Amino acid sequence: MLGSAFGVLFDGLAYGMLLFLLAVGLSVTLGMMNFVNLAHCSFAMLGGYVAVGLTNELRWPFLATLPLAFVSAAVVSVPLERVLYRRLYGASELDQCLLTIGIVFVSVATAAYLFGTVQQSVQLPSWLRGSVSFLHHSFGAYRLFLIAVALAVTAILVAALEYTSFGAQVRAAVDNARMARGLGIDVDRVFAITFALGGGLAGLGGALAVEIVGLDHAFAFTFLVYVLIVVAVGGLGSIAGSFAAALVLGVSDMAGKYYVPELGAFLIYLVMITLLMWRPAGLFGRR
Amino acid sequence: MGAEPASEPQRYFDHRIRWRPLELAFWFATLLPFWLTPTYLVLASQIAITGLFALSLDLILGYAGIVSLGHAAYFGFGSYTAGLIAKWGWGEPLSGLLIAAAAAGVLGYVTSFIIARFRHLALIMITLGFGLLLAEAANSASWLTGGADGLQGVRMWRLLGIFPFDLYGYAAYSYALAVLVLAFLLARRLINSPFGLALRGIRERAVRMPAIGASSVAHIRMVYTIAATMAGIAGGLLAQTTETVSLETLGFQRSADVLVMLILGGAGRLYGGIIGAIIYLIARDQFSGINPQYWYFWIGLLLIAVVMFLPNGILGGLARLVPPRWSRA
Repeated sequence: MLGSAFGVLFDGLAYGMLLFLLAVGLSVTLGMMNFVNLAHCSFAMLGGYVAVGLTNELRWPFLATLPLAFVSAAVVSVPLERVLYRRLYGASELDQCLLTIGIVFVSVATAAYLFGTVQQSVQLPSWLRGSVSFLHHSFGAYRLFLIAVALAVTAILVAALEYTSFGAQVRAAVDNARMARGLGIDVDRVFAITFALGGGLAGLGGALAVEIVGLDHAFAFTFLVYVLIVVAVGGLGSIAGSFAAALVLGVSDMAGKYYVPELGAFLIYLVMITLLMWRPAGLFGRR
Repeated sequence: MGAEPASEPQRYFDHRIRWRPLELAFWFATLLPFWLTPTYLVLASQIAITGLFALSLDLILGYAGIVSLGHAAYFGFGSYTAGLIAKWGWGEPLSGLLIAAAAAGVLGYVTSFIIARFRHLALIMITLGFGLLLAEAANSASWLTGGADGLQGVRMWRLLGIFPFDLYGYAAYSYALAVLVLAFLLARRLINSPFGLALRGIRERAVRMPAIGASSVAHIRMVYTIAATMAGIAGGLLAQTTETVSLETLGFQRSADVLVMLILGGAGRLYGGIIGAIIYLIARDQFSGINPQYWYFWIGLLLIAVVMFLPNGILGGLARLVPPRWSRA
């Protein structure tokens, strides 16, 4: 019993890390521009399909596809931001929701057209497929890898935000965009770069997610809810909040699926609503 | 609007409540399917039901500015209530519909206490989460709802004891249209009243309304309950006319679809949801040969285009073309 609880905790941690990667970009851009980007997971889906296509069709090694998943999602997000999103800064949430739901519809249909509606899987190198034994417990090698990658990304993110001048501009813009503008920070440019980085992180998360949760054309919809929960519960613009929320969500979702499978996702939604009613601005939110 | 002096509020409301010829023509046109396209009456009844659902969303979204991504919760709740009553042996349509409306209304009233406390992203998330929560609950309680197979064994009695619900949809369309007209009259009266004005005040600036003595929380609770009741009626109609209920009635897809229709037609206009439902459902019926996934590609493009170029929907776009005399229709 204790062993299984430990296993659930471990799987939940890995899952939470995955959710964190998918959600962190959205959290920061939402905090900065108050832009409700429901299409965030479309970038993740793009990254996932890049990884699947490259490993299965072109026989690339899995690790080599990860940077490309990041780059392609980031590159695609730039023109979208320039052409569509930019015009709706400061518009109502409803307009932003509608525009980005439209983008989700288009991306889901495009994915179905290009790749069909079957579940895709990714070819892993042999050293990621087995499991590692440690202190009488066996851990999935891929999940360990996932946790390591997510922790590394978090460390890089926090360091970049805390110790670089660009990071300071981002933090200033998240805290108070108007004031930051007054200080001469080009908030739109900062936002465009952050948006691309966030999209890229989602792409990376999408590529890493294929092995854990699979990938099909509806990915942009199914994970949208989870990502939004992480952001809303964690608090807008708060990396620590997203991290905590993703871990809570990942562990409780895994525990729910393991111990009370008949409830399905019911537990997650209940946890979210309760948390939001308790703290509408999120766990670490200030607004 | 706005031209009337403030000292004569009564004249303002009298002016707004007056029926315009275009409106009367529209409602007469809804009778045409009986003669022109008798083979499409089932589709016509679907449109009337969906139009009613979109109208209920318009009340909270278009007028009070409450963005909801989970409005299908009330539609599905009404649908299951009506379906279950009929399944348990009481197949009388009118009283069944009233019970479905009451059930959805009670659910709406209870949730309105939560809804009224939040705005912005938290509100969107809570409505979304509540809709998903109810869909999951219905999925889990398959002993009651039939789960993914849908609710089977719904048998309706004759409408008013005379007209059977048949495959041709005469009774279904007459019934749905009559209910839609009644609900529309109610909504029209509601919107063109001081209460309707207060709702628009909340939409424009929620914090300022209490400052002029109008409690926005009470107003939001009231309109949310009314909208939930109306959505429950629409759901009940669907269950009764199709004699089945599926999980899809509660799903996110339905919430998103009705939002798309309303935006397409024009939110904040009484006819927006109905026009949107007509266009959306007829287009989907005509393109039904296409794979539904590709259908959503065009819907997505259309949504992007509407947000970018037609911020007030089709009716809003038309209103700019025609003389102002007609534009309030």
